[in-house]
Amino acid sequence: MFTYVMRRILIAVPVLFGITIINFVIINLAPGNPVDMYMTPDTPPELLELRKEQLGLNDPVILQYFKWLGQLLSGNLGYSFSTNESVGSLISERLGQTVLLGTCALILGLLIALPIGIMSAVRQNSKFDYLMTGLSFVGTSIPQFFLGLLCIYIFAVQLGWLPVGGTEDLGGGGGLLDRIRHLILPAIALAVGIAGRKVRYIRASMLDVLKQDYLRTARAKGVKEFFVTNKHALRNALIPIITVVGMEIPMLFGGAVIVEQLFQWPGIGQLTIQSIMSRDYATIMGLNLIAAVIVLSANLLTDIFYSVADPRIQYH
Amino acid sequence: MSAVQSKVAGGAVLPLQQDAPEGVFRQMSRRFLKHRLAVAGLAVTLMLIFIAVFAPWLAPHSPYEVTAEFSAAPSSVHWLGTDQVGRDVLSRLIYATRVAVTVGFGTVALYVTFGTIVGLWSAYAGGWVDMIVMRITDVFMAFPYMMVILVVVSVLGPTLWTLVLVLALFSWPSIARLVRGSVLTLKQMDYIKAGVSLGLSTPRIVFRHILPNALAPIIVNATFGVAAAIMAESGLSFLGMGVQPPTASWGNMLTDAQSISVMTDQPWLWLPPGIMILVTVLAINFVGDGLRDALDPKQ
Repeated sequence: MFTYVMRRILIAVPVLFGITIINFVIINLAPGNPVDMYMTPDTPPELLELRKEQLGLNDPVILQYFKWLGQLLSGNLGYSFSTNESVGSLISERLGQTVLLGTCALILGLLIALPIGIMSAVRQNSKFDYLMTGLSFVGTSIPQFFLGLLCIYIFAVQLGWLPVGGTEDLGGGGGLLDRIRHLILPAIALAVGIAGRKVRYIRASMLDVLKQDYLRTARAKGVKEFFVTNKHALRNALIPIITVVGMEIPMLFGGAVIVEQLFQWPGIGQLTIQSIMSRDYATIMGLNLIAAVIVLSANLLTDIFYSVADPRIQYH
Repeated sequence: MSAVQSKVAGGAVLPLQQDAPEGVFRQMSRRFLKHRLAVAGLAVTLMLIFIAVFAPWLAPHSPYEVTAEFSAAPSSVHWLGTDQVGRDVLSRLIYATRVAVTVGFGTVALYVTFGTIVGLWSAYAGGWVDMIVMRITDVFMAFPYMMVILVVVSVLGPTLWTLVLVLALFSWPSIARLVRGSVLTLKQMDYIKAGVSLGLSTPRIVFRHILPNALAPIIVNATFGVAAAIMAESGLSFLGMGVQPPTASWGNMLTDAQSISVMTDQPWLWLPPGIMILVTVLAINFVGDGLRDALDPKQ
């Protein structure tokens, strides 16, 4: 077990370096260089050249990469081109909002998917099963921005029940209830897709477990059907779902970009769009890097957690 | 598959008369056709391809022609009304099908070819080649798909072809891993070992004997890939980082709907493109699901 975890961590190290290389290459594909941003029509060219020299932009690309990596390892993600703030603090200010939204969406998605998936499996090939399988396809196929627009149109504009965006009402707002009200629509926009993907996994996983002999034994000794499904079967059916929850993390980042933009949610998705619009490559680079590292660690944790939850998995 | 057999003394089983065996292809199409949603999905997909190919003949107006009627409601002249600069919404919707079909199928053709070759090579070569290739796929897969594509497209400049290239660049690893996995299993099969001991050349073993047997999951994955690429394109175009106006894409047609006034007063501007994306992605996903059932009876 311990060696398995160590092996997985050791494999993650070269991948981490790969991520920094790709990230560096992406930003270097961008036309122009950061110094152009400071340029005004009357900047003397010698000054620009000096600034370039100071920033190390005349160094060979390889050297630039290692300098950047060195800074990175000492915890410095660089400074935003547009606001001069440290990229690290810019991201950490926003990350909380994205994690909050993503967690709520994930929980909401699972709360929708679990009962539907279980019912579908228990009543396999019933009308309910067919209807829900069809609906789960709709859930995965509807673009988040279209679903978000529909939610805004129905619940915010027509019915006026919920706010159209933001995290709290301007002035006077800020109470817990107010925050929750702002959270509902973006969380739904993200959760429907999650639920759609999860229903099929939960159903398949449940079907596998329902065939097992130990459930027949449980019934034979007189356990109520409700407990057979929801306690005995569900416990084992949930194991494979751990991995699938881990797989949602990268999807949540992608979804965050779209949903945060649509609902004016001040997380790192919105920061990504803002940095792209202002061509703030330092921030873009930091965001991309942090996102990749979070995904990598999430995958690692998922695998480790999975091996703990299911002792049948062999570590090698 | 009903071979009539008779028991002969001595216990030997002899086939007396054998029906012509059902071909693999017929067997698969029979299973696919039983899947009603998949058949409907296939019909919709074929119709969309037809619309994309014959867009100039089907569109009632030019998608770029600006008329004097801004944001006009649907009428007999403009069936789905006009947009804020007076262009015919139906014609733009029809032309946008071309973007979706190009991105969907272009991306998949590109990355499935590349991913398959890499996967075959990695699994067949084994050793450190395999190790390095797999770590490279790990690196590519660590970046959150939508986010990294958004970043790369914005850095390279959003055009239809950079979109296809970048989507493919971050999609090939899943196919490569899939192919590698099936090749590693197939490599251990007796018929491949027989081929090796018969002295068949490596390309012949790989392309004639291994690849055809690894094809089913690739086809299924590719089908879902078309839907995913169309979805990604529409998302990027919605954010303004995909297909650029004046070229119409379903995603960028929806961008304008972010104002409350458009949302409430001009539903013809945003409902049709949204519904088109949903229907297209749904149809292709149904086809993928049907193919999965048809091609892989084990599941």
